[in-house]
Order: sequence, then C-alpha cells, then structure tokens
Amino acid sequence: MKNTKKVKQELRRAWAIAKKDIRIYYFKSPVIIFGIIFPFFLFLAFALGRNISPVFLFPGIIGMTLFFTASSVGPIIMPWEARMRTLERLLSCPVSIQFILLGDIFAGFIFGIIISLVPFLFAILGFGLAMHNLPLFILSILVSSFCFSSLGILLSSPPSDNPSNIMMLSNLVRLPVIFISGIFIPIEHLPAAGKIIANFSPLTYTVDLLRYGFEGVSLYSVSRNVSMLILFLAIFLLLGMKLHKRNLVKRL
Amino acid sequence: MAFAIEVKDLVKYYGELLAIDHISFQVEKGEIFGFLGPNGAGKTTTQRILTGIIEANDGAVWIMGYNIRKDAFYAKSLMGIVPEMANPYIDISAWENLMLMGELYGVPKETRIKQADKLLKMLGLNERKNAKVKTFSKGMKQRLLLCIALISQSQLLFLDEPTVGLDVQSARLIRNLIAELNKEGVTVFLTTHNIEEANQLCTQIAIIDHGKIATIDSPENLRQAFRSMQSVEIGFAIPFDDTRLLRKLAGVSQVKKVGEKFRLYTEEPAKVIYELVNLSRTNNIKFTTLNTLGPSLEDVFVKITEQHKGWDYEKH
Repeated sequence: MKNTKKVKQELRRAWAIAKKDIRIYYFKSPVIIFGIIFPFFLFLAFALGRNISPVFLFPGIIGMTLFFTASSVGPIIMPWEARMRTLERLLSCPVSIQFILLGDIFAGFIFGIIISLVPFLFAILGFGLAMHNLPLFILSILVSSFCFSSLGILLSSPPSDNPSNIMMLSNLVRLPVIFISGIFIPIEHLPAAGKIIANFSPLTYTVDLLRYGFEGVSLYSVSRNVSMLILFLAIFLLLGMKLHKRNLVKRL
Repeated sequence: MAFAIEVKDLVKYYGELLAIDHISFQVEKGEIFGFLGPNGAGKTTTQRILTGIIEANDGAVWIMGYNIRKDAFYAKSLMGIVPEMANPYIDISAWENLMLMGELYGVPKETRIKQADKLLKMLGLNERKNAKVKTFSKGMKQRLLLCIALISQSQLLFLDEPTVGLDVQSARLIRNLIAELNKEGVTVFLTTHNIEEANQLCTQIAIIDHGKIATIDSPENLRQAFRSMQSVEIGFAIPFDDTRLLRKLAGVSQVKKVGEKFRLYTEEPAKVIYELVNLSRTNNIKFTTLNTLGPSLEDVFVKITEQHKGWDYEKH
C-alpha cells in the first residue's frame, strides 16, 4: 500500500520532469537538427527520383521519423544538465534516478509521436492512403516511440557533460540502423547477411508493423514484431538505468 | 531525543582514494551546524552522502530518523538543499523553477503558489519572477536557489557555500534569512569556507580534514580550548622593530608583526601586559594601542587543519 502510493507520487514527479524537458529541450538546436532536419534531408536524398510506391514508402518514412525524433531528446538532457549545473539539484529531489529517467523518456516519447504525425497525416490526407488496421498502427507507434526514447536515454549514459559528444555517438549508432531496417530497401531484397543483421534493429519491427497497419501485409508476424519491440524496450530501459546510475557520480 | 541528522562511521572511497574516513556526528534539531574544512577535505562529499546524491561505501546516515539509503524518498522529502556551484534552470523563469521544484517535492498546487509568492517577495525577486533566469545576476540566482530550497517548507536545510562569490548585500540577506529560519526552528547544515560566517551563525562547528573529523564543538568552546592562541596586540608611538626584546618577555610564546602593530601570543595575557608596562617604563617607550585578543576561529581552524594529525586540542 505504502509502495503503491510512493510509485504514484514518483510517477507524478516523473511527469513534472517530462514537462520541464519539453519546455527546455525540445527547441535546443541539436534536437531540431538531428531529430527533424537531418532525417528529412536523408529521406529526400534516398527517396526522391526513385519509383517507390507510397504504400511502401510511408511506413518507412513514419518509422524513420519516429526513430530519429523519439531518440533525439534523451541524449541531450543529462549532458546538458551536467554542464549547466542543474543535475545535482535535480538528484537531491525526492525522485529516484529511475523515475527521473522515466520523465526524460516521456519527453522523447511525446516528441516522437507529435513529429511523426506530420508524415502520417501527409500519407492519409496528401496521398489518400487507407488504413488496414488503425488500432495496431497506433499501438506500434506507442510501443516504438517508448522503445526509441529509451534508446536515447541509453545513448546518453556515457558520463560526458558535452552534448555534442553524445549527439555524435548517438548518430554513429542511429545512422547505420536506418539502412538495415527495410526503410528504403525491403528486407526480403537484402543479401543474406543483411537479413540477419536486420533482426538486431528495433526499427525493422516498427516498419514491418506500420506496413501491416497500412497494407495488412508484413514480413514477420504481428506478435513477433510486437514481442521484439518490447524486448528491445526492456533492454534499453534496464541497461540505460543501470549505466546512468553507475556513471552519475562522474557527472557531478 | 531524535536527531535531525545522525551519521555513523561513514566511509567513502573514490577508486583507491579514501575521501571520507569513518566519520560520525549528530546534529540536534534546531541547530545551525557548521561544517568547515580546507579544499578537498571531504565537505562536499559528506554533504552529497547526507543528501542522498551519492552512496557511501560503509556506515549509515539517518535524516529525521529515516535511513538515507533505505528510505531516500522520505528522507529527501524533508530536506531543502542548496548544493555547491548549482544553478537553477536558466531557460525558464524564476516562477517556473519554483513550480517545478514544488511539484518534485509533492507540494500541493495551492500551497506552492502561495509559498513561491511569499519567498520571491522575501528575497527581493518578485519584480523579475517571470523573467528567464539566464538574465539574472549571480546573487539573484543564488537567492532563487534558496527560494527553491524553501519551497517545500523543509525543517532541515543543507546549504553548501551559500554566500560564496556574492555581493555584500546578497550575502547579508542570505545570512539574515538563515538566522531567521533557525529562530523558527529550522535545522541548518552549513558547509562553508567562510569562518566568520560560521562564527556568526553556527551553534556547533565540525572541522573536517583529510576525510576525518578533527573536532566538533561550539565556536566559543573551540576558542577556549586554544587558550595558548590568546594574544596581546600592541602599537608603539615611535618606530620599533625589536621583536627579540618582545619575545624575551615572560609568558610570550610567539611574536608576529601585523602591519605597524605586534601580536604577542600567550596563555597569560595579564602577565604579558604587566611585562609590557615595565618595558615601557624602563625604556621610555609609549604605547598607542594595547588590546587583548581571544583566538579567532580562523586561528583555531588553521591550527587544527595544520596539526590535527595526532593533535588532541583538549590538552592545550
């Protein structure tokens, strides 16, 4: 009973941290550049001039947008807080590090959903694409956004107080992922090695689920896609929290 | 009596470096407890352990009866904190900072609005409450940090160098507020370099050096314990430079020239004054000033931190 009350209180405080992150970090230049502008130009470079059907293209674009945006907020928060000397004050509040990070994850989660609405609405209203399974589509967006936002937190765990170092590291990890996740080239067209590597990308399962949402067709089963996303989410979340806790003192 | 803070056998290592070496002390409710020490002595590490920011390798800390490691959530809820070199969030306003911290301490909305309003007025920030903190001076930011520490109406305050680098007015405002809060029953754990500040405010003082507590006592008792550091200060009407003559006077242990005056350290000031009067008569040297001085807290601090290895100040 006492523990349930405490968890509820900490959840409310995690939400207060998310609101703070939204006010402070959404408009920081690294988030805008690497979360929105960079994937947009990447899409233009790969998709323009190629004869790709909208029903194949849009799940990829939405997945890629979600991946970049949801994972772009987390990497900036901790190094920024350490650099601006606000971290110690935050850590002294009656909120555990797990719930502080959960607040940061909420901020990335919401950012990912809001920005991916743009290509989604463009697909529906601009290209007139019909939905095959809207509830599953929404579920995929929610789970994926949470998963990618947790990845952002994991990427910010090295104890640097320099946001650009962390952004560089996170791009080093995120960039290759989009080439092995079936966004521009269907996974079934990849060479054998590519097909194996694709299994290690959470974005593969997001894009496959989104394609099912639009077309009713996917490479893997829906249950496998959802399970794999939840597995990645759990790994990112647990590893991120463990590493942050370990590296916290080095940031002060 | 339940203590506000109880520390038992605390140990903290950074790698192989022993930063905190088995320290133990208690702070009673309603005290202003000064925590003094030279740079690198372990002051900030101790405060970070006490406030639950970092964990000790061994030992235990209780805050108002809550174990900081096992019940961090409840212990932290009872503290207000101004960490060393901390900043408020500069991209949001003073008001938004206070609302955020109020939420993080679980203060109900109505209470935090009232409290924020009262604190901003009290610390002279009300006019700028909606301005982004990045436009604030250092003194204003420090005053805002103190508002943040007080938003939850905590009965225990941890202040780490709260007046360092501030202008005289801001520093005085903060010191007066600390004294006022203490009168209302708030316990204060004050980490400081500023010995005069500790002397003015604190009821108990602990001096830490090389991770060990060198001494804990009231400022007055600390000065009393160092009777050998009492002195007689004398100024002569004519140019006088014969320190050897002064050193030969009965009861004088040490002579220091301080500007145009001389300070004669002694355990028996009355005897030294008698000797000086005799010296004056014999040599026809007139005095311009003659004062007796107790050991300053600074003298005590320097003595302890220089010599505390094996030093038992009660013997002196």
